[in-house]
Amino acid sequence: MTPPDNRALAGTEKAVSRVLRVGVTTSLVLVTAGTLLSFLRSGGYSDQPGEVARLIGNGGTFPRTAGWLFGGLLHLNGAAVIVAGLILLIATPVIRVAVSIVTFSRERDRPFVVVTAIVLGLLLLSLVLGKSG
Amino acid sequence: MTPIGFTLLAFGISYFAGLLGSLVGVGGGIIVVPALTLLMGVSIQKAIAASIVSVIATSSGAAATFVSQRITNMRLGMVLEVATVTGALTGAYLAALVPGRGLFLVFALVLTYTAWSMLRPAGRSISPVPDPLADRLRLHGSFFDRSLGVEVPYRVFRTKLGLAVSYVAGVASGLLGIGGGVFKVPVMNLAMGIPIKACTATSNFMIGVTAATSAAVYFMRGEVLPFVAAPVAVGVLLGARTGASLLGGTRNSTIRAIFVAVLAVSALKMFLEGLK
Repeated sequence: MTPPDNRALAGTEKAVSRVLRVGVTTSLVLVTAGTLLSFLRSGGYSDQPGEVARLIGNGGTFPRTAGWLFGGLLHLNGAAVIVAGLILLIATPVIRVAVSIVTFSRERDRPFVVVTAIVLGLLLLSLVLGKSG
Repeated sequence: MTPIGFTLLAFGISYFAGLLGSLVGVGGGIIVVPALTLLMGVSIQKAIAASIVSVIATSSGAAATFVSQRITNMRLGMVLEVATVTGALTGAYLAALVPGRGLFLVFALVLTYTAWSMLRPAGRSISPVPDPLADRLRLHGSFFDRSLGVEVPYRVFRTKLGLAVSYVAGVASGLLGIGGGVFKVPVMNLAMGIPIKACTATSNFMIGVTAATSAAVYFMRGEVLPFVAAPVAVGVLLGARTGASLLGGTRNSTIRAIFVAVLAVSALKMFLEGLK
């Protein structure tokens, strides 16, 4: 392999590794904090009979709107904090792919810009398809 | 059961799954889904959705380490990812069409295959053939093997076969909420000529993106329940970390035997559940 290749790869490796580490850690901190909030604050999980069945069933409480999420985050709603953590977790590999597109294009590695762009496109497609499916 | 009881139990089971999985080199999803459905009464769709989110966490956590140790073949991983991600989209879509009983049966089959793959003797590698695609995309690699203290260079063969198998692994991942490494790694090692450490690291690297694809579909569909996914994601990740720090990949035959037994019992129970 030629030296420019190795340099490009080293830069990408460092960036990729950092994105993955920070993304996973932050999201799990959010998920843990959200779970604690759900137990400690009123309006979270209750102790009434049937509560678990409601929470694991199709209770209809699942957040689907951005408005619910932001409103919930402002009021430190536990479920909203968990959902923010889960979204960050799902986004972490997406950010990793986006970062590698930038580094590959900076190194003018045309085939790999195309390959990573296809992967990113499919990832974004999954969000759109999921909504309709 | 109260919510606190459910959360603690789901966390405990997931921690155990992540620990056991990392000790034998398998992801936690393969145990988490049977446990959530058979022991805790979660529907299989919701269990798969929670599992796939935890798969992102474990694989991304491990991938960060492998990538910084430069064991991962990132160029190869990014090429094969095109196939795993396409497969994951297919699998996540199929999951909405297949009835719950069908999912139980397919899951039982994959559990059986995984148990069998852990018991069978290591396969023999297939002879190398020229691979113009691997040459053109410069997929050949090398990594520094810490235990041997030398740089290990290798050439990559049969990229097209790798793409086909990666697609299948992606479908299994999206459909069942598992990583899919159990399908990819043997082919990457024996047919593509990649040393096992680089296979594991590269497969792991791909699993994050693959799982994120199907997780996004499940999330938008409303199947990822915060109450279930939260203890599972944290539990599996912490369990996998503990496992990695305990053994660092050593093969322990007792742990493998326990793991195969857990897989066999789960396969049987999932199979019976599918026939109900």
